[in-house]
Amino acid sequence: MTPQTGRSAGPGVPRGDLPHRAGATGWFDTRHRHLGDWAFVVNRLSGLGLVAYLYLHLVILSQLARGPEAWGGFLAIATSPPVLLFDVLLLAGLLAHAFNGIRVTLLGLGLVASRQKALWVALMGMAVLIALAGASRILGVTS
Amino acid sequence: MATLLQTPRPGADADPAAPARTLRVRRHRRGDSAEGWDRYTAPVGPRTTVLDALTWVRAHLDASLNLRHSCLHASCGTCGMRVNGRDVLACVTRLEDLPPGEVSVEPLRNQPLVSDLVVDIESLYESLDGVRLPLVRTSEGAPGSTPAEGVGHLTRFEDCVECGLCVSACPIVASDPEYAGPAVLGAAWRLVAEPRDRDPEPAYALVDGEQGAWRCHLAFECNEVCPTDALPAEEIARLRGILLRHRVVRWLQRHARPEEVQP
Repeated sequence: MTPQTGRSAGPGVPRGDLPHRAGATGWFDTRHRHLGDWAFVVNRLSGLGLVAYLYLHLVILSQLARGPEAWGGFLAIATSPPVLLFDVLLLAGLLAHAFNGIRVTLLGLGLVASRQKALWVALMGMAVLIALAGASRILGVTS
Repeated sequence: MATLLQTPRPGADADPAAPARTLRVRRHRRGDSAEGWDRYTAPVGPRTTVLDALTWVRAHLDASLNLRHSCLHASCGTCGMRVNGRDVLACVTRLEDLPPGEVSVEPLRNQPLVSDLVVDIESLYESLDGVRLPLVRTSEGAPGSTPAEGVGHLTRFEDCVECGLCVSACPIVASDPEYAGPAVLGAAWRLVAEPRDRDPEPAYALVDGEQGAWRCHLAFECNEVCPTDALPAEEIARLRGILLRHRVVRWLQRHARPEEVQP
């Protein structure tokens, strides 16, 4: 295709020879980044965490096939304080990912693009409130 | 590469007693296997920009320092670089606005490096030419401006100055060189929103694919660094809305008249 404007770096100007890319590890480099990038990072971290939990969940469920004693042993571990704290973290990650998903869906439909920061703050605010309520139930602060 | 600490030569356009700032500049020469940093101290005044300091360094300390610039007022988009880790146009980035201490200066990311602070932006130009966005926006005038006496009207140009800062800031371009990127997708949105006698279908074909608007993961960093408020991330989001409606309409058309989709 003939260039529309004939723009060019100019004859004799060398083309670059180093790719000079941050790569996927650059996804998590939040230095000098802004709110939208934090949403991007939280979505990735929570997504990876939930995928890891899926496999852990399957391992846990497999205890059912090993009989009542194995399952009872798991339940004793499941109600120990470290595991309950893990449950709170899991709930927080789940809520962050789910509410971020609402943001992604709305923006994917071309909606509220100019208000994406306010949208993320509002959604994360709701996620934090629900996570706090869930944490208080999980940790037995409220019954 | 050796790291050098250089100071301005007395009498070379600069008062030795004048305030000075030290720039820590990323260096890479063609053929070098590694990159390194050089330090230069340049005299500064209240309005000295990073580009002023770099051109002073080039004129007085190190003529081998490669950089690119043209207009000096954020219109040409050629002096994009990373200053203290932020993607900026060096010609409008004043040193007095930066925190005290050394100022780091690096080339833009995600575009092939030619030398020092110069990246190869040719592929961006080629991609933008593929969209064929007209340069003049006809749907609106220049907002808030009154033509000077004797001037009939003001021409409203498109916002994007094709500087490549958005490409440098995008985390997806960083990991996927095939992604069309924010500048190209933003241009495609403009063509779809205001075709100006151009056929927008080629733009649809370019952006409605795996490496088009759907590859964007909404980090919005392109918006944050855009020096002209072209706001490509918002444009990509709106483009997705249009593409979605386009797909739904096409699907309905196919299923309303199935005989037309027979091979």
